[in-house]
Amino acid sequence: MLTVDALTKTYKTGDKALKSVSFTVPKGQVVGLIGPSGAGKSSLIRCINRLVEPSEGRVLLNDLNITGLPAGELRRARRRIGMIFQEYALVERLTVMENVLSGRLGYVGFWRSFLRQFAGDDVQNAFRLLDRVGLIDHADKRADALSGGQRQRVGIARALAQDPELLLIDEPTASLDPKTSRQIMRLIVEICEERELPAIINIHDVVLAQQFTQRIIGLKAGEIVFDGAPELLDESVLTRIYGEEDWTAMRRAAEEDDHAERDAAERMAGMI
Amino acid sequence: MSATAKTYPRRWRRPATMIPDPRWRYGIYAAILIYLVLAISTVDVNWARVWDGLDRGGRFVMGFLTPDFTSRWKDISNGMVESLTMTVTATVAGVLISVPIGIGAARNIAPMPVYYACRGLIALSRSLQEIIIAILLVAMFGFGPFAGFLTLTFATIGFLAKLLAEDIEDIDETQAEAIRATGASWWQLVNYAVQPQVMPRLIGLTLYRFDINFRESAVIGIVGAGGIGATLNTAIDRYEYDSAGAILLIIIAVVMFAEYSSSYIRKWVQ
Repeated sequence: MLTVDALTKTYKTGDKALKSVSFTVPKGQVVGLIGPSGAGKSSLIRCINRLVEPSEGRVLLNDLNITGLPAGELRRARRRIGMIFQEYALVERLTVMENVLSGRLGYVGFWRSFLRQFAGDDVQNAFRLLDRVGLIDHADKRADALSGGQRQRVGIARALAQDPELLLIDEPTASLDPKTSRQIMRLIVEICEERELPAIINIHDVVLAQQFTQRIIGLKAGEIVFDGAPELLDESVLTRIYGEEDWTAMRRAAEEDDHAERDAAERMAGMI
Repeated sequence: MSATAKTYPRRWRRPATMIPDPRWRYGIYAAILIYLVLAISTVDVNWARVWDGLDRGGRFVMGFLTPDFTSRWKDISNGMVESLTMTVTATVAGVLISVPIGIGAARNIAPMPVYYACRGLIALSRSLQEIIIAILLVAMFGFGPFAGFLTLTFATIGFLAKLLAEDIEDIDETQAEAIRATGASWWQLVNYAVQPQVMPRLIGLTLYRFDINFRESAVIGIVGAGGIGATLNTAIDRYEYDSAGAILLIIIAVVMFAEYSSSYIRKWVQ
């Protein structure tokens, strides 16, 4: 179970990406996070595993307070949180298998991972996951040899290799065609059901969100303006979330992405 | 004029963007011209000496056109072996040392104190030209290829570490973010997210540095750091232009060989 409590993120420039956001996701629930660009979706998802450092508030994963952890324990907490990315974020020059096994990095020591000597159980599990996402024949290919949909499946397998207790999914279908998008969404929902995983899917496509998720949270300018079943999402609610034509929000979107990137780069520098 | 019948100009000239005021623009052109004329007029050419020199220049060119590989072959081959040894050892040692320094000098993965220390080392290595380093090291360690080896290693560090660091700063951050999100440690991040992205370029730069080092080994030999440069210097001092020509041809051949093979290898590692 994931609890987000009064989470606030203020970037150095003074922009408030999140304003005291609170919600709870029980086991096995797939939540769609919608909202205009710049509403803080991407910041929210990254604040949960602290790729972006939240300014205030708490994040609890099964009673573990993630926001209070020092660097070493944060790493141990991160391996329990699988993340799936918009442009797949596979390491392109590594093989598909190495990408899946990189999900185990939090569990193995440096030399083992450096020499690619993963435990038999890890390798077996990686093959099982690749089979589950339908890519077992592609294990030895380089990641950049795959198509978009295939790469996203590898991304899913990598996240599952972590044996996660939570999935954070950032725009999984943004660069896929409609049919592949549906296949990927179906796969994600099925897997969450099988493993009783809670998941937060940050998604632009409202129709897709309604079709596949069990609950929808609407974010606008860093605040929750809707939280309920997909069926309750009607015209008036959508107008409340997106506005008739909210041009200023769109302009802020690019800014927010910039902030998130810069913040991430700084965090990476401070990782040692 | 109504909107429908509006005529648009058929000509367009690029506006002067750098210096918009034409008076300034032509003034600056004129100043440059005057400076050039004055500068050239101060160059003092002694035509009689040029005429005398033509004769020696002719012998020089003729010597190169009739290269003599045989009469000094022992010196040439010794110099060559020394140079190649210097180049290979210096490139290997330089790469081994510059990889950690390059990682430390990448702003996106190194903490600030390490970053400044590594950048400082790079700046030190780059601020001194090879010949100056060679003169210092020859004074310290005596004539011969060991001083050359140290010189080339030192120069390789500045070159390779700087370019590697810049390459690491240019990596695709989302791949690194994904690896970080799995709970990977810093070393694992370097091994899984950074290394695959910079490896082809590191290999390419190493090969490039290899042929720079070979060429430099010929230059620093002239100031006493051994190798083919020393042989070349001796040949010219003895007015043996035919042997010097042979040495130059060999240097060109080796550099061309390194050039072609490195471009082949770079394509292969992509």
